[in-house]
Amino acid sequence: MIEKVLKGNSNYWMWLAFLTAFIAVGAICYLRQFLFGMYLTGMGRDLSWGLYISQFTFLVGVAAGGLMLVLPYYIHNYKIFGRLTILGEFLAISALIMCLMFIMADIGQPLRGLNMILHPTPNSMLFWDMVVLLGYLTLNVICGWVILTAERKQVKPPKWVYIFVYVSIPFAVSIHTVTAMLYCGLPGRHFWLSAITAPRFLASAFAAGPALIVIACLIMKRVAHFDAGKEAINKLTTIIMYAAIINAFFVCLEFFVGYYSNIPGHKYALQYLFFGLEHNGHVYNNLVPFMWSSTLLCFGGLGLFAYMKISKVNTDLLVGIGCAMIFIALWLDKGLGFVMGGLAVNPLHEIVEYYPTANEIGITLGIWATGLLLVTVLYKIAVGVEHEVEA
Amino acid sequence: MYNKRTIIPGLAIFVLFVTFPLWFNAFSTASTVPKTELPPGGEKQCVASASEMRASHMALLNEWRDEVLRDGGRIAVTVNGKEYRKGLQMACMQCHTNKEKFCDSCHEYVSVTPYCWDCHLTPTAAAEKKETH
Amino acid sequence: MDKQRRKFLKIAGAAALAGISAPVVVKLTSSPALASSTGHGETPAHAAPADAHAATGHGVEEAPTGVRLGMLIDMRKLYGHPELLEKLAAVCHKVHNVPEIDGAKSEIKWLWDVPFENAFPEHSAYHASAITKENNYLVLCNQCDEPPCVRVCPTKATFKMPTTGVVAMDYHRCIGCRFCMMGCPYGARSFNWMDPRPYIKEYNADFPTRMRGVVEKCNFCSERLALGLEPACVEAVKDIGAIVFGDLNDPNSEIRRRLDQDHTIQRKPSLGTKPSVFYIV
Repeated sequence: MIEKVLKGNSNYWMWLAFLTAFIAVGAICYLRQFLFGMYLTGMGRDLSWGLYISQFTFLVGVAAGGLMLVLPYYIHNYKIFGRLTILGEFLAISALIMCLMFIMADIGQPLRGLNMILHPTPNSMLFWDMVVLLGYLTLNVICGWVILTAERKQVKPPKWVYIFVYVSIPFAVSIHTVTAMLYCGLPGRHFWLSAITAPRFLASAFAAGPALIVIACLIMKRVAHFDAGKEAINKLTTIIMYAAIINAFFVCLEFFVGYYSNIPGHKYALQYLFFGLEHNGHVYNNLVPFMWSSTLLCFGGLGLFAYMKISKVNTDLLVGIGCAMIFIALWLDKGLGFVMGGLAVNPLHEIVEYYPTANEIGITLGIWATGLLLVTVLYKIAVGVEHEVEA
Repeated sequence: MYNKRTIIPGLAIFVLFVTFPLWFNAFSTASTVPKTELPPGGEKQCVASASEMRASHMALLNEWRDEVLRDGGRIAVTVNGKEYRKGLQMACMQCHTNKEKFCDSCHEYVSVTPYCWDCHLTPTAAAEKKETH
Repeated sequence: MDKQRRKFLKIAGAAALAGISAPVVVKLTSSPALASSTGHGETPAHAAPADAHAATGHGVEEAPTGVRLGMLIDMRKLYGHPELLEKLAAVCHKVHNVPEIDGAKSEIKWLWDVPFENAFPEHSAYHASAITKENNYLVLCNQCDEPPCVRVCPTKATFKMPTTGVVAMDYHRCIGCRFCMMGCPYGARSFNWMDPRPYIKEYNADFPTRMRGVVEKCNFCSERLALGLEPACVEAVKDIGAIVFGDLNDPNSEIRRRLDQDHTIQRKPSLGTKPSVFYIV
């Protein structure tokens, strides 16, 4: 099946070349960081986690989001998602590989990474995160490949693979739950120390993951003659709406707890993110525009979907715009705000703001480009097999 | 066999190429087994015999490291009445003061790059920035 | 794909997977890794009477066993002497080859001083006394009895010393994930964002430096304790007795006597980390 990657039109190759350029820049930036040290990033003593970890957190969500396709199809026998589940699995593979790359980019001694396995530490959530991420990656590789191979041969997938499919469902939930537990079990980090962190992560994941899949479907409809079907897309937008609404609801709950209880620790991060935090005559607010953009995009996207559902207008363009709005909103919220907001006030109650450096952004873009390249290649295989079966 | 004329010389060249490191070393004098420098201070005794140290100094260092750092076992080792504190910097390099002539000569020969001196100071490095009063 | 090759690939894949997970399984089953870092729950036989006694009262803490080193900082003796605070930091940093890196972003600190509201954000600084406002407070790693940094470390590179209760670092093992810095509610940990050596003015030849990419913090001078010395900071202000050091679990130690005498506070006690550093303010 891999041979399908090597056949494509000029647009396909142009797109791959475009991504490769970013990957090359990212690789050079990473080499610089590897050779000279992590002072080349914008992270520091107080803000010791930054863009890498926040991208990791967001992408774990994207990986888990595939569950919203797998679960209806395999548990509820919702046949309409039949052509899409493979896309969910392949997206999960790419997102997980990006996650692992972000972790490797983030650690100070990458050559000692295997210490996680040589000295396993069950009381560390990072250890369990490694376990579930590698587990989910393995499950998706097995399920995706076996099911696609079966489809190509036009036979039913072997029975044993369903065990892996069913196991992958709780695994999808676990990857994002354990990732949330990295944050929500830390004493003294009030913004993160909230039992709603994990449910909120899951809700935003179940919106962001499917949103990306819908966008991919719409693109492939134009460039690769792959039609997911109107009903499937429609159902996905419904799922995205519900998940995004639940996520917004959870954020509102955080606001209530912070502002009604009036406990400063619970308020600081929200105040910093949305209104700016004043300290010794200086207002710290560099994330405010991002967070309000996130809010507007989220409600804008939801409004657009609501309008389409009510007035029965249903064009690909509007669906695409809606999904993109929701995806960007959730990225701003979780891929930027969550980590940096939680760190703005340090344990000594000093306020520190974060400015990623060009080198750091280069690495981040490089890893995103690697992920997109993987998605492209994997989707090329999936769509190629579909066409082969149809022919 | 088809193409006997090209395949056999080709194979010969391939075998020569693959075994290049072997016969290059056999004929060259570039890499002879290094002779490490004995302690410049004339110290004759070590915590273990020379052959034992040569074979397993890295294991001993790892053992000391774990004892000192992780188990709080910082009690000095006494061999033949002489006390040695456990540590590369605190014991080994007290006698073997020249890292380049002692450690590096072998490490380079066997092509290993232990990261000991990323943190631990050699007497030379320590002397570079010493108190000046 | 031909059958043989497929079979080989399957076996190779399964073997590789088993190979990767084997060390984890072996380690987890052979060592008491699942036991919590604090050793609560396993009560040595000789401590039984004390435990039985403690169990009679409600809310009485479990009788501690073993050594737990602690520190009492008598701020009253340091008020009005910012030069002493500076000296303490300098002594500590010199003994441990701590680099002097300028700027808050990459600096490395083991012992330093901050205003009251930063050192004790849980205590009110509203209408604080002149002394409180004008003086800085010494901060360092609290060597917690329930250290969150140890709980979160994925490689056991930071751990509680069973012999002294000190929260120690194994710089050889640290992978630089900085999770411990997230876990620490006192901001006591620093990461080596760059090679520290060019920033060290004078080497202490008896102590190593650190390398790029690992986290470091105060070690309660474990290396000096091993030689029978007191921690460098304790020694530096010995003449005025501003810092008392000793075993918190020994009822006859000087530090316990002083703790019995005076009202002391700890940093962020509500977080349940049980700091071993006490302050008289």
